[in-house]
Amino acid sequence: MRRNECIAMLLAGGEGRRLGVLTKDLAKPAVHFGGKYRIIDFTLSNCIHSGIETVGVLTQYQPLVLNQYLGIGSPWGLDRREGGMHVLPPYVRSKGGTWYKGTASAIYQNLGFIERYDPEYVLIISGDHIYKMNYDLLLEAHKANRADATIAVITVPWADASRFGILSVDDQDRVVEFAEKPKKPAGNLASMGVYMFSWPVLREALIRDEAEKGSSNDFGKDIIPAMLKEHARLFSYRFDGYWKDVGTIDSLWEANMDLLDEDPALQLNDRSWRIFSVNPNRPAQYVAPHAKVSSSLVNEGCFVQGEVNHSVLFQGVTVGEGSLIEDSVIMPGATVGCGARIIRAIVGEKAVVGERCLVGSFDSQEIAVVGSGETVLAESELQEVEPV
Amino acid sequence: MKLPMLGVINLIHEADEMGNLTANRCLATVPFGGRYRLIDFTLSSMVNSGIPKVAVFAHTKFRSLMDHLGTGTNWDLHRKGNGLFVLPPSMEDQTDFGKGDLYHFYRHRDYFTRSSPQEYVVISRSHMVSNVDFAKVLDDHQQRRADITVICKQSAEPSPGLARKVKVNEAGRITEMQDHYGRLNSDIVSMEMYVLSKELLLDLVETSLARGQDHFVRHAVMSMLGHLKVHAYLHEGTLGVVNNIAGYYRHSMELLKPEIWHELFFTPGPIYTKIKDEPPTQYRRGADVTHSLIANGCDIEGTVHNSILFRGVKIHKGAIVRNSIVMQNGIVGENGSLENCILDKEVEIRPLQHLRGAENLPFLAIKRKVI
Repeated sequence: MRRNECIAMLLAGGEGRRLGVLTKDLAKPAVHFGGKYRIIDFTLSNCIHSGIETVGVLTQYQPLVLNQYLGIGSPWGLDRREGGMHVLPPYVRSKGGTWYKGTASAIYQNLGFIERYDPEYVLIISGDHIYKMNYDLLLEAHKANRADATIAVITVPWADASRFGILSVDDQDRVVEFAEKPKKPAGNLASMGVYMFSWPVLREALIRDEAEKGSSNDFGKDIIPAMLKEHARLFSYRFDGYWKDVGTIDSLWEANMDLLDEDPALQLNDRSWRIFSVNPNRPAQYVAPHAKVSSSLVNEGCFVQGEVNHSVLFQGVTVGEGSLIEDSVIMPGATVGCGARIIRAIVGEKAVVGERCLVGSFDSQEIAVVGSGETVLAESELQEVEPV
Repeated sequence: MKLPMLGVINLIHEADEMGNLTANRCLATVPFGGRYRLIDFTLSSMVNSGIPKVAVFAHTKFRSLMDHLGTGTNWDLHRKGNGLFVLPPSMEDQTDFGKGDLYHFYRHRDYFTRSSPQEYVVISRSHMVSNVDFAKVLDDHQQRRADITVICKQSAEPSPGLARKVKVNEAGRITEMQDHYGRLNSDIVSMEMYVLSKELLLDLVETSLARGQDHFVRHAVMSMLGHLKVHAYLHEGTLGVVNNIAGYYRHSMELLKPEIWHELFFTPGPIYTKIKDEPPTQYRRGADVTHSLIANGCDIEGTVHNSILFRGVKIHKGAIVRNSIVMQNGIVGENGSLENCILDKEVEIRPLQHLRGAENLPFLAIKRKVI
């Protein structure tokens, strides 16, 4: 049976502290992206398209919105009688429970879950990343190399290399060195945080890591280096599509802007690899007689009366007459008053920008942010909102 | 809150003069409003009103209906015990097919008798585009101790669609009802939504059939006006009578009025439909879209004015679309143009092709046509 061959464990406990007011009440995987989606939609859709129909979603921080969003996995076709999607929060045991200390401890505490399915392979992925990837190809490579673990890698600009886990590989793509966020990177092959493990190997590594007193219980910092030290068969798998970790306001804004290119590297309108999400079921968007919309993505339920240029509008956004939205991201249900100007900004869910208010500017280096549910009133008229 | 009422959407011999738009689908599944099918409005109204159990009496060309409704998930009608029941005709032989709807009600009587908590029934059609709160109608029905309550719409501007005309006295009682071709002078039309007790309905079904009569509205309502208390409930919201091309075009274009967009799709409740997981619509550089209704998944580089685009429509560079309706996955090629047209699903207009209908008679292109 194909589906029990490989199951996925999706780490969705990210706090997303650097996203500031946008992650006040929600975990990072639940952050809105791309006019319609939440970040976790990408990995969940990848799973179902790759034939992985058993997915454990490990939640931790601010799980309420995320739990409600995930439900029983129906939007991604993961509501199965066998397998399907399961939300796995930390739980209390008879000897007390613990918080997930690190990525590895999250998996360790759910060994019992994986054992119930007894797969041959376990895919470890993170709900913080935006990319479209066929994990089946990764699994094929893993099998062909008779690997213990295979790490998906992407080439990053040298300047950014010290922000990632950097791998050095030989000509067979076998990993010879791994350095987590090195000050002086030896290369620019970065780990995408996508790991395919042979289950018995992973199981043993997790048990040993847990017994290690000083371990931070993290895949990048502990598990992978320990396996390397023991000369385990670690291979890399090169991915050359779009991949982005949207950890900061800037990168979230940038990733949204990337979608507005004439020929975007991440194609959302792709019938062979649909990104599934909870559809808001709103009416078709209304574009008024004097509205102007160009180089933008606009989702259902929007009511547009102003000018929208090079921006992303999520569902149910109201744009008043005479307003201008440029180089900005407007999250679900936000209202932009008449004559308001929003430039280089992110406006949070259900936020209200009052009439003739000004948010952001072309000259500012930083992206202005209006937090979810916040109101920018007319008193702050033509004043710049403090970037967060 | 659950309403003690059963819903029936009766598609049996529905008045349909939609021409090629219903060549291969029933009236209930004619695409409308950028992303909906006609039946979505009545079905969503029932769900939003708290009706826990809805039957769709399918009759002909219901392949698209089954595909659209599925298990009812999108309307939250995938329930244990209650929920959605799609009931195709139960026939003994081919001649049963032509028999009136009362005969089919009789064949489906189990649906009514098996639903004991629901004392009332609302019988409706699929082509009356409106957003109705049936709980209010039931309240009114009970307060006035009516035998039958007919939901009606009073409007100074008659719809080009085909609807029965109704005459109502000061007490709100219906004194006359005529088919659409009747000469009755009245500004009130029937919305073909009838609220009555289940007991009365089953009685009317049996007694009419016993007399050899098998037409619900003509035999069980119109000919009973003198015997039963038949009241009119005047619906305040907007109504689109969509069963011919003129009505389809007029009521589609009315959606471009902001007040109708805000009302019909949201109040008293939202309208649900089958979801398609289309991405947000992409407006490219040079796109010029004004006064239009645009569904998700479109890719627009040309000009769209005073028009409705369904999901997944592509408007290429230099193309101009005016006063037109382009259904799902339609393509208008480079420098092509449309004016006063209705394109059924998956129609492709080749580059430099120009298509134009008359203002009062839009040109209709059939499904999958390449022009």
